[in-house]
Amino acid sequence: MSAQPRIAEGAGAIGAPERALGGTILAVEGVSLAFGGVTALSDVSFDVREHEIRAIIGPNGAGKSSMLNVMNGFYQPQRGVIRFGGREFHGMKPYEAARMGIGRTFQNIALFRGMTVLDNVMTGRSLKMRRNFFLQALRLGPAMREEIEHRRAVEEVIDFLEIQHIRRTPVGRLPYGLQKRVELARALAMEPTLLLLDEPMAGMNLEEKEDMCRFVLEVNDHFGTTIVLIEHDMGVVMDISDRVVVLDYGRKIADGTPDEVRGDQAVIDAYLGVAH
Amino acid sequence: MFYREVGQYKTSYSADEALFPILQDKVGIAVILLVAFVGVPLTASNFTVDSILIPILVFSLAATGLNLLIGYTGLLSLGTGGFMGVGAYACYKLATFFPGVNIIVLILCSGFFAAAVGTVFGLPSLRIKGFYLAVATLAAQFFLSWCFIRVAWLYNYNVSASIEVPTKTLFGLPVTGPTATPVTRYLIVLSIVALLTLLAANLMRGRIGRAWMAVRDMDLAAELIGIRLYQTKLLAFAVSSFYCGVAGAMMVFLWLGNAESESFNINQSFLILFMVIIGGLGSLLGSFLGAALIWGLPIVLRAAPAHFGVSLHSATVEQTTFVILGVLIIVFLIVEPHGLARLWQIGKQKLRVWPFPY
Amino acid sequence: MHLLYSIFVDPFVQMGAAPDLLAQTLWEGLVSGILYSLIALGFVLIFKASGVFNFAQGIMVVFSALTLVGLNEHGVPAYLALAITLVVMLALAFAVERVILRPLVNQPEIILFMATFGLTYFLIGVGELIFGGDPKVMISDQLRLPSGSYRIPMAGGFVQMQKIDIAATVIASLMVAALAILFNRTRIGRALRAVADSHRAALSVGISLEQIWVIVWFAAGVVALATGIMWGARSNVSFALEIIALKALPVLILGGFTSIPGAIIGGIIIGVGEKMGEFYWGPLFGSGIESWLAYVIALVFLLFRPQGLFGERIIERL
Repeated sequence: MSAQPRIAEGAGAIGAPERALGGTILAVEGVSLAFGGVTALSDVSFDVREHEIRAIIGPNGAGKSSMLNVMNGFYQPQRGVIRFGGREFHGMKPYEAARMGIGRTFQNIALFRGMTVLDNVMTGRSLKMRRNFFLQALRLGPAMREEIEHRRAVEEVIDFLEIQHIRRTPVGRLPYGLQKRVELARALAMEPTLLLLDEPMAGMNLEEKEDMCRFVLEVNDHFGTTIVLIEHDMGVVMDISDRVVVLDYGRKIADGTPDEVRGDQAVIDAYLGVAH
Repeated sequence: MFYREVGQYKTSYSADEALFPILQDKVGIAVILLVAFVGVPLTASNFTVDSILIPILVFSLAATGLNLLIGYTGLLSLGTGGFMGVGAYACYKLATFFPGVNIIVLILCSGFFAAAVGTVFGLPSLRIKGFYLAVATLAAQFFLSWCFIRVAWLYNYNVSASIEVPTKTLFGLPVTGPTATPVTRYLIVLSIVALLTLLAANLMRGRIGRAWMAVRDMDLAAELIGIRLYQTKLLAFAVSSFYCGVAGAMMVFLWLGNAESESFNINQSFLILFMVIIGGLGSLLGSFLGAALIWGLPIVLRAAPAHFGVSLHSATVEQTTFVILGVLIIVFLIVEPHGLARLWQIGKQKLRVWPFPY
Repeated sequence: MHLLYSIFVDPFVQMGAAPDLLAQTLWEGLVSGILYSLIALGFVLIFKASGVFNFAQGIMVVFSALTLVGLNEHGVPAYLALAITLVVMLALAFAVERVILRPLVNQPEIILFMATFGLTYFLIGVGELIFGGDPKVMISDQLRLPSGSYRIPMAGGFVQMQKIDIAATVIASLMVAALAILFNRTRIGRALRAVADSHRAALSVGISLEQIWVIVWFAAGVVALATGIMWGARSNVSFALEIIALKALPVLILGGFTSIPGAIIGGIIIGVGEKMGEFYWGPLFGSGIESWLAYVIALVFLLFRPQGLFGERIIERL
């Protein structure tokens, strides 16, 4: 019982700024994924338009993280196809996904704990750094210039996310909210065209959530990055997303604008409940 | 409060990225280098140079190599002794085939042979992780040890299955063999170690070092950022084995003057491993500190009883060394699992605020 | 061509030509395999219950055997010496728990592994200081262990089986059976498995980690003593045994680090594979391939099944 998606150009939900949405940048078609006997995803199809903010919501265990993992190349689906960047994949490798401009943050924070914030974000530039081994060892000329150039780019991201004051702190020492921000910085350093965020607001207080919302919106607005995010906080979802996909037990049960989805009976039964 | 960085502002990224950004560190390293290159040759005794300083430098290099693999990339390797042996025997064969070539060139080339062997034994590292990989390196270690005895070509069919180092000269001075003076050998070892350590430090600060640390911390996430796991791990094996190979070649040519298969057995691997653990995983300084402590401790222990007028059987001293070493490792791991290097860092922290407590 | 023949055909021809030699080799392999399994068993016990890979297991074998023989040398009757050695191993278990495990309780596994290195060196040093470094003869007679051998005629020749080897096999089987019952059928066994799974969860239901660890290390000590006696009876008790203990690693690779039946089966595979390899293929390479063959077997195995025969498939989640 999924409603037909109706995208009004530039019109988002309450509070979302107007932005022009482009054509389909990524399409998921008929994806099914199972681990041993457990089905994680069952024939899921939806599309993501360029520059939009797409939310994936659903109860726990619905398969939301698995969906992102498929889009990222971490899991290979048994069936189905992913179209991205003009190509068709039956399952991509993580390296390919990264190279094609897909960035990702994780539910349980996958930062490199032994390194500082600055180093973590610099790893995001790995794909863009080309200077070979011997130049690196001697650290002369081209290798040095490349390092400085990427440091500059990374500092911009650090400024953008307001984490300058902790750039030399080992990430293991940071509070949870800041760690999530650093993870976002690392993903942004990749200059992704598509950003996958897995519960970016989880475990945050109101102030931190507002900050994170602001950053997500700014990333989308400023850099034009398409964003797919998993989120449980309905207020956030309704506020910032253009369109929403609802999963339940690995199946898609609704797909549309936040208002449409909010009113969908199947969604209410499965997830939202009735407002008293 | 004389270790303060207050007032030292960096106005460019290149200044911030320097190897020793703090002035006090720059001065400190200059002093150390001065003492090492000039002070020691002028003042130290032959015994100190030959039995203490040269071995510490050689083992520091091997420990750096191992640290690179375990501390920075998180790949547990127990084949260090074997890789050192590859370097040593490669250098010996190269010296046999190319008697006229400069010894430093030979030593560095033998490093490449060790790197090649190390890469081959690192091939399983994509499929095998963590502790299981250590077993693969054990296979390498035992196989190489066996080769050093079985493959007679390696030691030029010498009846005693050992290798003796020929005399080679540099700028007219004998640098290897029985006629070379300890100081000459020391300076060559010091130069090579200093250069290679600098290269290692550069690697660590750049893209490759970060890629290694990323693989260590969370290789799945590293992959998703676009870091190629296989290449990164193999590169770690190659570079680490290069360092171990050079250390092995130096050990034979510039320190002991001879060697046999036993010099590169599993116990050697463990020895270097302890140096890395106690010195501090993931710290270049730690490799030096660990080597100094592990090598220096038995010497001190051997000399101490005589110093205090107590005479002990040499075997007793050996065994006591084992006991103390074992206790030391345990105590270290309890008190400071990050090794001497962390203790050094804590010391520097205290220096920042001294004479205040905090 | 000749090389291919000598690798792939000739050894099997040899096997067929002299079945009694084949049987002998298989038997030797089985026995050494059982002994490897016993060492591996000690590892498995400790790993299962405390997550620590006890590198010192090998030296514990030597140390316990040395204590037994050393006491006897000083005039203590054999069975009393045995009892005292058991007490010593219990004391060692207490000491290890107190001095090593408790302070390091939350550290990553690699740190605990390194701590067992320290323990190894400590025990080597203490062992040598107290008992001297010379090889000693195991007190098999005083312990009433069987000696002599059976000769079984077969296919024109005969197979010789040392009685001590048969005894070792029987004792090992009994021990495995006892441990299996302990782990699966008793209350303590359940507690052990709980601790192996999660320290924190076990603590939260009131299981005393300290008690469990002492029990487990003592059990490993008993296994070590049995291994030391068996091994010492076949060859002497010396510190060289310590390196042989490293052979337990390939066994653990094959059998998995947490499986008791796995340790047995893995040990047998390694033992038989090693002996057969050395006897039939060894001459091709020159002798002494026993020193690395077991590791290569384990390595090849790992490439196909990275989690070992009985290990659990680790599904990594992000």
